[in-house]
Order: sequence, then C-alpha cells, then structure tokens
Amino acid sequence: MATQLDFKELQDLAGEILGIEPEQVQLEKSFAKDLAADSLDLVELVAAVEDKYDVELPEAELENMKVIGDLWKFLEQKTAERLEA
Amino acid sequence: MAITSAYRTRSGALPLRSFKTKGRPSAIAGVGAYAPEKIITNFDLEKLMDTSDKWIIERTGIHRRHIAEPGTTTLELATKAARGALDAAGITANDLDMILVGTSSPDGPFPSIAARIQDELDAPGAVAWDTLAACTSFMYGLSIADSFIATERADNVLVIGAEVLSRMLDYSNRGTAVIFGDGAGAAVVRPAPKGAGFLSWCLGSDGRGYAQVTCGNIEKGAYAAKDPHPYIEMVGPDVFKFAVDIFIRQANEVCDAAGVALEDIDLWVPHQANFRIIDAAARRMGLPLDRVAINIDEYGNTSSASIPLVLEEAIRKGRVKSGDHVLLAGFGSGLTWGSCLLKWA
Repeated sequence: MATQLDFKELQDLAGEILGIEPEQVQLEKSFAKDLAADSLDLVELVAAVEDKYDVELPEAELENMKVIGDLWKFLEQKTAERLEA
Repeated sequence: MAITSAYRTRSGALPLRSFKTKGRPSAIAGVGAYAPEKIITNFDLEKLMDTSDKWIIERTGIHRRHIAEPGTTTLELATKAARGALDAAGITANDLDMILVGTSSPDGPFPSIAARIQDELDAPGAVAWDTLAACTSFMYGLSIADSFIATERADNVLVIGAEVLSRMLDYSNRGTAVIFGDGAGAAVVRPAPKGAGFLSWCLGSDGRGYAQVTCGNIEKGAYAAKDPHPYIEMVGPDVFKFAVDIFIRQANEVCDAAGVALEDIDLWVPHQANFRIIDAAARRMGLPLDRVAINIDEYGNTSSASIPLVLEEAIRKGRVKSGDHVLLAGFGSGLTWGSCLLKWA
C-alpha cells in the first residue's frame, strides 16, 4: 500500500464498482441516498478496496459505512497504523 | 468492465485443494433438465410479502421462478431430468453403473432419491446414493463420477441435481422467499478420449461458516428440536462476500492446475445463486458476460439443480462446442465449494 493515499484512486474504483462517474464520489456523499448503492454494492466496493489497498475491514464495521468519507477515514487510519509500525 | 486491481486472498480463508485429473479421462456425454411448469413472478410475490419487482431484480437478477405444485416430489423432477440426460448421451438405463443424486430437499430421510430413480428408470446394474452438499452437491457428484471412471470402477455414471426448495421457504421472509426455485438437471459422465473431458478440480469445505446458510433449527438440529417447518435462512452479505471470493479463487486454481489461462475460458457455468454474485465475480475474473451461462432470471436459485439446468440450456443454444474450455463452478451451505475445468469432448 502506498504511503500517500490518493483520493482520485478511490474515486475511480468506487465509480467503476458503483457504475457512476468518479467525480460523483465525494466525501460527504451517502452510499445509499446519493450514490444509490445497496448493501451488495457496498460489500463489493469494500472487497475491491480491501484488494487494492491490502487491508481488511472487519465485518462489524460494514454497518458503520454510511458515506464515502467513512471509507476514506478507515483507509487513512490503516495507512497511519502502517507508517507507525 | 474488468476490475484492474490485483486480487488478494482474505486472512482466515482456507487454502484451496486442487487436482489435475489422472487415470482414464472422463467427460460429460449428455445433459438433461426439467423444471415444473408453474411459474411465480415477482409480481405474484408482491402480493404475498413486502417486496417489489424492482427490488428483487436489482438485488438478485431474478424475474421468475418455477415452482412445483403441492404434492410434486423431488423424485419426479429428478427422473424427468435423468431421462433427458440418458437420451442426450445415447445410452439406456441398463448401461448405468452408478446413479448419484445431489439434493438438499429429498422427499424424505430415506430411501435415497437415487435408489428410487434406479427403480423408476430400471437400472439394475447401478449403485445408487444421494450426496448432500447443498448447492455444491452436483459438483461433488460429478467429481465422484470422474474419480470412479478414472480408476475404471465405472463406465457410465448418471449425476443428478434435483430440488423442491419451495417446500422450505418461509413466504414472510423476503430475503429468501424471492430467491429460490424448483428444478432438476442431470448429466451422464462417460470415458473420454485422452486430453478431453475433465482436466482439473478444486473441491473444498469450510465448516466454520456453517451458520451462513441454514435450514431449520441448526444448533439443536431440526429433527431433534421437532422443528415442524425447517425454513431456509441466509446471512446475505456474508454469503455474497464468500461467494464472489470463492468463485474467483476456484477459477484461478482449476486453471493453474490444468495449465489453461483464465482468459481462455470459453464458457463459465456458475451456480445460479444471485446475478450480482456472478456479475461481480466475472468482472474480477475479467470474463465478459457473453462467456458466462446465466438463466437465474427465469429459474431463481435452484441449488444443486442450477448448474446442469443452465448447462443444458447453453448446450441447446449451441454455446458449447467441441474443444471449448468450460468451467463449472459451485458453492453452497456448509460452507462448500467445487469447480472443474473441462475441455468439451
């Protein structure tokens, strides 16, 4: 995983999985309300994020993912943990 | 669209077991299928529960499912599919050495459906038994057939997947009632020329995941708890993640074992559990949907019957040619999974 996270990369990935324009993927956007993503879209997106960034999101955390920013915050935390390690 | 990032195996995932076939080669020589005539559409379900045609299609890809009339047995569906497979293979029941039925919805605890089919078809030379591995049952059955033919203990094996799952559905549970349907499919497996037929296998089970898809009181046991109506229950998101994962890993395993590149798969025939699972896995595998056999829109998830049911349709529509690389792939409750790569004979 890169030490520097690139939000554009997440936008591209989320755009690809959710079938929307990457520009629509913004921190405050709600998966359900703004991006019309259902629970299965979210599972698929998280799996793709896990693959791309070599991280694992605990199953219980999935319910807390409401907006793109939640996913981004999780990735930032993981990156910070790696830098400390 | 293909997903470009590399695929990684999740922590805690079991290592996969894969095998390149050895001994006398075998191949699928004929396939038959049967589904009950009665159809339940999403609009019919709208009247029974809080759901909608749009909701069901978006989440599952299912438009209709075939449902057995009350009183119709799994045996009846299985026998019709079996006769179709025998005809397609150009053999008679008298030629059969073995009858293997995969089912999670037998008509009763015993005798096995396989024994009843032996009687229905009049196949006195066959050894007959049922295999229970939920939606993976048909794949396990095929692997047994291949093994017995490889070791020259059998020449003609009939493998069947048959289900009347509608008996196990709770029509107040929209998470499961909309998904499952009834049907049967069968294949005759016979010796094949060298280099043709089954090339490789990947089979596995992970009992740690037993609670993801269940039927009836699983902690105490449906029989012991005198559960009068064992219903199918499922932890949807967990199954989705497991399913996509195991489809991709198995595809890579069987291709590696056979020395065939994933992009050289001509037709992927996945268990029809949910269109979204198939679509997500196909994208991660880089397989365009025109190389995937799909009929879940018409039948829903028919568990062990789904692979032969969709394979029969693909053959009938001319989508399978001699020399094609065909990948059959299943997964199911247990958890269980099974895949094989064939060079179509």
